[in-house]
Amino acid sequence: MIRDITLGQYYPGDSFIHRLDPRFKIIATLVYIVALFIMVDFTSYIFTISYMAAVIIISKVPLSFIMRGMKPILLILACTFLINLFMIKGGDVLLDMGFLTVTEKGLRTAVFLATRLIMLLMVSSMLTFTTKPIMLTDGIESLLKPFKKIGVPAHELAMMMSIALRFIPTLLEETDKIMKAQLARGADFENGNIIKRAKGLIPILIPLFISAFRRADELAMAMEARCYKGGDNRTRLHSLKFTYRDLIATIVTVLMVAALVIQRILM
Amino acid sequence: MESIIRIQDVTFEYKRTGSETSAILALDGISLDIEKGSFTAIIGVNGSGKSTLAKNMNGLMLPTGGKVYVNGMDTADESGIWDVRQTIGMVFQNPDNQMVSAVVEDDIAFGPENLGVDPEEIRRRVDMSLQAVGMYDFRKKAPHMLSGGQKQRIAIAGVVAMLPECIVFDEPTAMLDPQGRREVLDIVEKLNKESGKTIVLITHFMDEVANADRIVVMDGGKIVMDGKPQEIFVRSDELKKLGLDVPFAAELACRLRQRGIDIPENIILMDELADHIKEHC
Ligand SMILES: Nc1ncnc2c1ncn2[C@@H]1O[C@H](COP(=O)(O)OP(=O)(O)O)[C@@H](O)[C@H]1O
Ligand SMILES: [Mg+2]
Repeated sequence: MIRDITLGQYYPGDSFIHRLDPRFKIIATLVYIVALFIMVDFTSYIFTISYMAAVIIISKVPLSFIMRGMKPILLILACTFLINLFMIKGGDVLLDMGFLTVTEKGLRTAVFLATRLIMLLMVSSMLTFTTKPIMLTDGIESLLKPFKKIGVPAHELAMMMSIALRFIPTLLEETDKIMKAQLARGADFENGNIIKRAKGLIPILIPLFISAFRRADELAMAMEARCYKGGDNRTRLHSLKFTYRDLIATIVTVLMVAALVIQRILM
Repeated sequence: MESIIRIQDVTFEYKRTGSETSAILALDGISLDIEKGSFTAIIGVNGSGKSTLAKNMNGLMLPTGGKVYVNGMDTADESGIWDVRQTIGMVFQNPDNQMVSAVVEDDIAFGPENLGVDPEEIRRRVDMSLQAVGMYDFRKKAPHMLSGGQKQRIAIAGVVAMLPECIVFDEPTAMLDPQGRREVLDIVEKLNKESGKTIVLITHFMDEVANADRIVVMDGGKIVMDGKPQEIFVRSDELKKLGLDVPFAAELACRLRQRGIDIPENIILMDELADHIKEHC
């Protein structure tokens, strides 16, 4: 059950998108998120959606895999959609059910907002699906380096993230194991009200935390034994390179954003 | 022979944080020289101080009393600490808790990266180490997809890539199934015999130490026995008193050897012993 979550995972591949410089992908993702919020009408959605569609097709990540990652937020998505649909009033009344009415403006806002949320999620998942975790953290480290002078611990942040990514599967496995062990002792995680269920989590979380701290202690020892002394004078197996691929991708992205901006000004 | 690790009258106390100031004396006057190229096994029951001794060998812990020298460098001398740790590699019990990266080859690269090795040289060392442990085909895999024995082999490769002269293994097989144990022990032996690495193997499985050049038995923070496997195995009554079990076949083989019957020293399993006797005696 827990292992079904694809959000934040890497989907191994060798596509054009996979081989882009992670620094470009991180910046492009941020730019795209901003672009999502400067969209105004239907035509602007055509730009962003086709950009996203192109990325997905070129990356060869199956749509079903992407969709699986969306599942956890389906509920939030449905709620925002419904709230917008019924609460926002304006324009012609499309549907009248007595106390609930759907107006044209409400429908439009609901659809646009839901699309925006989906695109937001998709673009961030595409970043992690197509970028090896180590590349992602290397990219972040490299992008944050200029801010080191003002005290941003670039290397430490990147190292923390890569260790976190490394231990997510291990800790999920462990959670599964602890849950089964507690179930075997008669624990009940499914029934009862919220408070009772929350209490049921305590016997899972406490052993999990204890084990996580022990792991952290041992890992720190193992890292020291392997001569880890922070980011200074460290070399890397993979170095980041900005290639012609990144140049092409940059041009395409800039064109997409420019089209959006021009269209917005023209409106 | 020249010694790579020289432990001189070392004591180690764990300070207890609490109301009392009483401390646990984990090492109590240990003196031990590890010879270059040798294969030393350290055995002892839980709590006898094996891990503490191991961590004192590469400066992860510094002795509260006495001195530890690695190739003549005092481990307490901060300026040489990274040399010491590069010289003495260490593999721990739980393979999961010594991997830093979500991809096998990136994990192997971690040590060389810390040493500031050039990228091309890192690549060469990563491939060489993975081949040395027979895991080259798994270089792009995620560690959590591997079996316990495979993970431990990756951990070993990660240490081998730092080109240490000596590797200390702290109960590397304790969490593995029999097959994983075999895989890891074969690699340990190969590193000693073929690559000439000095090996210190800490374990509480007696049947893993029959191939060692020397066995050191610890109890209560002290060294209580020290000698060749056949010298140690014959003292089975004393070992049993310490809570250690001598593998029956090994004990029998030892006793037969003492009576002048020629039995190779690497025989530790009953089947092997029976086959040998059938064929040669
Ligand atoms: N972090 C620690 N704090 C306090 N006491 C410890 C700590 N680690 C080990 N000890 C104690 O030191 C002694 C030796 O432990 P250890 O070196 O781990 O033995 P072994 O590896 O042979 O099982 C034991 O009595 C143990 O309880
Ligand atoms: Mg131990």
